Amino acid sequence: MRTKTTRLWGVAALLLALALTLGVAACGSDDDGSTTTEGDSGGGGGAIVSNPDNGKVSLTIGSKNFPEQEILGEIYAQALAAAGYKVKTDHNLGSETVALKTLKSGQISGYPEYASTALTSFFGKEPEEVPADAEGAYEEAKAEFEKEGLTAFPPTPFASANAVGTTTATAEKYGLENVSDLEGVSEKLTLYGSPECRQRIDCLAGLEELYGLKFKSFKPVDIGLRYTVLEKGQADLSILFTTDPQLAAEKDKFVILEDDQEVFPAGNVIFVTKQSTVEEAGPDYEDTIVQVQEGLTLPVMQELDARVELEKQTPKEAAAAYLESAGYTG
Amino acid sequence: MIGPLPQPLLASIEGAIEFILDPQTSNVTGGRKVGGPEQVVELALAQLEVTVLALGLALLVGLPIGLFLGHRGTGELLAVGLGNAGRAIPELALIAFMAAAIGVGLLNLTIALAVLGVPPILTNAFVGIRQVDRASIDAARGMGMTEFEILRKVEVPLAIPTIFAGIRSATIAIVATATIAPLAGVETLGDFILNENVYGENGVLAGAMVVALLALTLEFSLAGLQRLLTSRGLRLKTA
Repeated sequence: MRTKTTRLWGVAALLLALALTLGVAACGSDDDGSTTTEGDSGGGGGAIVSNPDNGKVSLTIGSKNFPEQEILGEIYAQALAAAGYKVKTDHNLGSETVALKTLKSGQISGYPEYASTALTSFFGKEPEEVPADAEGAYEEAKAEFEKEGLTAFPPTPFASANAVGTTTATAEKYGLENVSDLEGVSEKLTLYGSPECRQRIDCLAGLEELYGLKFKSFKPVDIGLRYTVLEKGQADLSILFTTDPQLAAEKDKFVILEDDQEVFPAGNVIFVTKQSTVEEAGPDYEDTIVQVQEGLTLPVMQELDARVELEKQTPKEAAAAYLESAGYTG
Repeated sequence: MIGPLPQPLLASIEGAIEFILDPQTSNVTGGRKVGGPEQVVELALAQLEVTVLALGLALLVGLPIGLFLGHRGTGELLAVGLGNAGRAIPELALIAFMAAAIGVGLLNLTIALAVLGVPPILTNAFVGIRQVDRASIDAARGMGMTEFEILRKVEVPLAIPTIFAGIRSATIAIVATATIAPLAGVETLGDFILNENVYGENGVLAGAMVVALLALTLEFSLAGLQRLLTSRGLRLKTA
């Protein structure tokens, strides 16, 4: 009778639910797991040469979980694989404190970090104490890391920093060019930033304390929504990154305000790793990383970010395309 | 039995309690102190507010549909199937998806969390009503009760324990998930949990502990409410 059909429907519904769950799970795990790129000893100018000795060494390259970090992690991972290392990746390290802990515990061999973040977050420097030049910040961070059995490789050509961004319309309306121009108008404006921004001296806390600004309100949002809130008109101001591809692609829509009091230190990326890993992995480890990041200038990084954030390529694809077009892999 | 807690864990719990009781220094805030009772209470109240709003919306949507379908005895596919599928929707994706349409903020969050609460409420209301002894319903109908009276006076009172089980699991799911609110423009206790680099390990654990406490409080209050609403005859059976 009807109980039988009902049961059949129930089974069908369960199967449907299961299928949906699996589908969602599969989508979610697209970028996870390990990457093993085949080594390639292709010729050409700056190509990475595979060294059979490196096959004995296994490396796990980590990154924090936002696009720019994942792209960098992939570039390093694929380049090291091309140099003959056995490489795995882990792109799901949340914050820098988690990343550092994972590195110290040996679960990852190394990960890219912004020198400024390392100095402020790990070593308690105030933003104004962070050296403005990349070399200086690198040397200082490296010296601090070495006290903890870690080390860092030389910095990338590009630097990334937090920036106060807004729409061109809002900037025109209030005549905003520098962050200091917000004085007197900030009380009318709503600022959006990542949740941690509120308490960070290189974010809202710095804007309030070092610039002396008061905002109408601060709302925390996921980093991925930093442009959405501006587009939706919810945010008057939003904390952006100087490497954001939207700033190049949509120049007439979004602008960033000049950080005239240098509250947001710029950070070039340095690859942080354990000293013991460097000894174990040999000279090709540092050489490969330094070699492949030579091409990472600000426009190149913006382009790579654009491929992932705007054109929805995976970080893996964007990294592979970069390595190939720059002639590092065949 | 679980053995004694390992030393580092005990130390962290101590640190977390300190974080709740006393504002702490943090190395990224430029000297500002974070944590302490004032901030904890403020964020806990925000978490409660978000939970109550989302639960209210979930009840408004799930309960009538579940009761109606249960009474009619049709739509099991809808009640159970959609209910289960609803649990598989990832909250963050939903928030991001709705951000483009209605922006981030309390409305977005309330809807996203209500989506989490509807399935258990709907499914349990449906199943609870369906399980009611047919004989009681036939007797009620024989007494000349209208369909609505049958639902209100016979089916719902007899299904209260099952319906409440659904509301309670919805509440727990919502209050626990409200920790992601800071990713959608609303500050809740999730602020402590999401921002380890600001609040440190102690803050993360403290946030988790307060959320757990809040969940338990809600669970016990609802259990009490359920006892009050359950008819005396049933209470003996379930007590």
